[in-house]
Amino acid sequence: MATSFVDVSQVVRRKLTGRRRDIRGVVFAWGLLVALLLSLLVLAVLLYDVTVDSLPVWRQRTVADFLRSQLSANPDVAGIWQAFYGSMLLMVFVVVIAIPTGVASAIYLEEYAVDGPFSRSVNAVIRNLAGVPSIVYGLLGLAIFVKLMGSITGPQVEGRSLISGGLTLAVLVLPIVIITTAEALRAVPGSIREAAVGVGATRFQTIRHHVLPVAAPGILTGTILSVARAFGEAAPLLLVGGITTFFQIGADATFLDIMQGRFSAMPVLVFSWARLPQEGFRSLTAALIVVMLIVLFLINFTAIYLRDRYEKVV
Amino acid sequence: MRRDIEHQSDEMLLERRRPVIGVSRAAMQEEKVGRSTVIEVTDLGVYYGDFKAVSDVNMSIRQNEITALIGPSGCGKSTIIRCFNRMNDLIPTARVEGRVEYHGVDLYGEEVDPVEVRRHIGMVFQKPNPFPKSIYDNIAFGPRIARYRGDLDDLVEESLRKAALWDEVKDKLGESGLALSGGQQQRLCIARAIATSPDVVLMDEPCSALDPIATLRIEELMFDLKDEYSIIIVTHNMQQAARVSDRTAFFNVTLDDTGQRTGYLVEFNSTDAIFTSPNEKATEDYITGRFG
Amino acid sequence: MATDSTTKQISLSGDPRRQRRERWWRFFFLGAAVSSLVITAAIVLSLVGEAWTFISNVDLSSLWDIGWFPRRGAFDIRTILVGTLLVAGIAMLVATPLGLGAAMWLSEYAPSRARRVVKPALEILAGIPSVVLGYFALTFVTPQVLKPIFGNEVAGFNMLAAGIGVGILTVPLVASIAEDSMRAVPLALREASYGLGASRMLTSTRVVFPAAISGIVAALIIGFSRAVGETMVVAIASGATGGSLFSLDVLQPGQTMTAAMAALAIGSDRVRGEDFAFQSLFFVGLLLFLITLVLNVMSERFVRRVRQRY
Repeated sequence: MATSFVDVSQVVRRKLTGRRRDIRGVVFAWGLLVALLLSLLVLAVLLYDVTVDSLPVWRQRTVADFLRSQLSANPDVAGIWQAFYGSMLLMVFVVVIAIPTGVASAIYLEEYAVDGPFSRSVNAVIRNLAGVPSIVYGLLGLAIFVKLMGSITGPQVEGRSLISGGLTLAVLVLPIVIITTAEALRAVPGSIREAAVGVGATRFQTIRHHVLPVAAPGILTGTILSVARAFGEAAPLLLVGGITTFFQIGADATFLDIMQGRFSAMPVLVFSWARLPQEGFRSLTAALIVVMLIVLFLINFTAIYLRDRYEKVV
Repeated sequence: MRRDIEHQSDEMLLERRRPVIGVSRAAMQEEKVGRSTVIEVTDLGVYYGDFKAVSDVNMSIRQNEITALIGPSGCGKSTIIRCFNRMNDLIPTARVEGRVEYHGVDLYGEEVDPVEVRRHIGMVFQKPNPFPKSIYDNIAFGPRIARYRGDLDDLVEESLRKAALWDEVKDKLGESGLALSGGQQQRLCIARAIATSPDVVLMDEPCSALDPIATLRIEELMFDLKDEYSIIIVTHNMQQAARVSDRTAFFNVTLDDTGQRTGYLVEFNSTDAIFTSPNEKATEDYITGRFG
Repeated sequence: MATDSTTKQISLSGDPRRQRRERWWRFFFLGAAVSSLVITAAIVLSLVGEAWTFISNVDLSSLWDIGWFPRRGAFDIRTILVGTLLVAGIAMLVATPLGLGAAMWLSEYAPSRARRVVKPALEILAGIPSVVLGYFALTFVTPQVLKPIFGNEVAGFNMLAAGIGVGILTVPLVASIAEDSMRAVPLALREASYGLGASRMLTSTRVVFPAAISGIVAALIIGFSRAVGETMVVAIASGATGGSLFSLDVLQPGQTMTAAMAALAIGSDRVRGEDFAFQSLFFVGLLLFLITLVLNVMSERFVRRVRQRY
């Protein structure tokens, strides 16, 4: 009797502690990890490759010189000033037009609208707008801002002006702002709204004093990220005239002249330079990309920093 | 006679508990008759779309009393109490029939602004929901939006004293309201509700998320508040209703042939009468625990 | 019982100025929301208007021509449609294994410290502008990856490199949506599987993956839609020329619908209002819009199914 008892426990021990060779499982897990690492590897290779390609430029010139030089057919002196300036101005358009409109729309859809056919169809429309390819927004800009409103947006350049570009980008980014803001608003617990209403607050007072402060970090992050998205877009700008590369920012150009004049932007410049055959432009393109990535990094960093800072102040 | 709730220890509070049954006849005779009505409910029915949640309620809430609404879950107690401050307006499909008169004014009249109603009739919710702001701002918010012209600091202190919370938080008014314990948060919500100087305070199961000691503190608080405000409390805890209220309304659910559950008022009387000699069998069954 | 005694006149009608202000605010917010509808209408109208002009005026035989040469009057839709499908197809061949693999690892295997590092890294990849990917495809993928494999068969501008570039761009999108739907599978299902003695691989593939299938399919459809709509990678790496012959050879240049539109726009000094080439731009744009619209609506159906389940 005693021996059989010992045997059983031995068997059980062996079963439970023996290392089961699950080769398939291990291979599978590693395969998944490889898939992930491959994607990140590509990212790393891309960043490395671009940086290396751009080194000739940094050896020859300073960063400031590269930034401030104007466009030129000569790769030794060409700089990105117009494109940089253009991109910055376009971002201003996005911030000034798309963000207030988008946030306000989202406030209406989440806080005022009753759930019914109207609000549901608006929500569906916005979701679909967010999935429309960016070049189609370029068509919209071409048809409306360039052709239809050409006399207002850019009378000297047949409408292919900075204003048209800025409006096009603002329209492109608008659905994204609405969606991210709506999500941030929805994340505010209903109990806060109830409490405010119970104390006699109107709907606007509730939104302004309670809902928005709590949703603000999320809204801020979403809007800044949409600015980053607009910054990287080239296709819509191509259609609206951004490829016309040379625009003069002379000392005598007024603000309105610049708004209504030809423009360029950094992503568009990447496109033009990448197609030029001269060897010098290859490293120039890489240097431009490096600058673009740094700007993007700064924008994203600002978004995360602001979000963290505001979230503490609750 | 202001009982000093804040400085009583938990043990002293426990000893003070009123017996549930056995209130003397003398005590019943003390009850003032002829107190004025603050809210008059006539044939109140509430619909959510086609679903009839509550049917044909008739009752009068008296001034400076604590009125309890009790009954099994799903009988519409919360729905009814939310009619008194038009909180049901927040639900798009909700529809109210009948009349709810506050000092003679029909709350659902054409001219009535719900925002104004809520400044006269305050509410404390089941789960404490202080604003994610400082304790001071929690209380000051209501008066500020009502354009209070007086000294806010005084008002905040007075509200906190009345809610028996002042001594515990007077040194940390700038801290977040969410940093308090559950019971303290609910007292903060009570202070917030009374800061707008309402007439009536509605309490929708205010203690159900709290531990027994915190519950006792709030019940003690209600006795003091009754001097200045009229309190209507929904509670699923019968013993609480018996401890605390002057009058009690018992609600029940009916099931019609389509399976719809509709709440209705069974009996409304003084608390002692309801708990010692109810008129309806359903009431008696409920309080003796045969259902619910 | 009659009410009595209260002589104070309660007025509950509220402050009319406040009510007016509330109305203005509501109107303001409503106006903003309506603007989004206006934009859609504008897109559709502008597209349809010009596209209609094109279709009604163009010689229909030129739609089935030897190739896409809009300035010469050849508007062979097949060329650019096939180009789009090839590039998007290659992109999905890249993005599906990488994206789903990454998603499954993140959802089922990753320790929380690894997640906190890896997810932001994927976000960074998602934020890389498409022109940068196009440059990468042109200057790295083609010479360093494809040429060693295919030798002289592959041209400097080719659809394969473009497809790979678009695929890389799409990986984070697919991974993020697929991961969300896998994580949404309730813990209870996994517990049931582990409780029966299943390994992690079995649980992930036989339990979690099927449960999340609607979301995964949605992720793939959305990825495909994004790949179809991508312009700049193709324009840079596959040659945004004025036209191309019908071709199935991915090692040679080709045009997608999007790159064709970009190419049309670049010759801007010639693209004037009354020009057929100009209108063909809108015609292609309308096609593109409809295709991506259909894809997006399809993916929404799948997402809704996920929501219903849980």
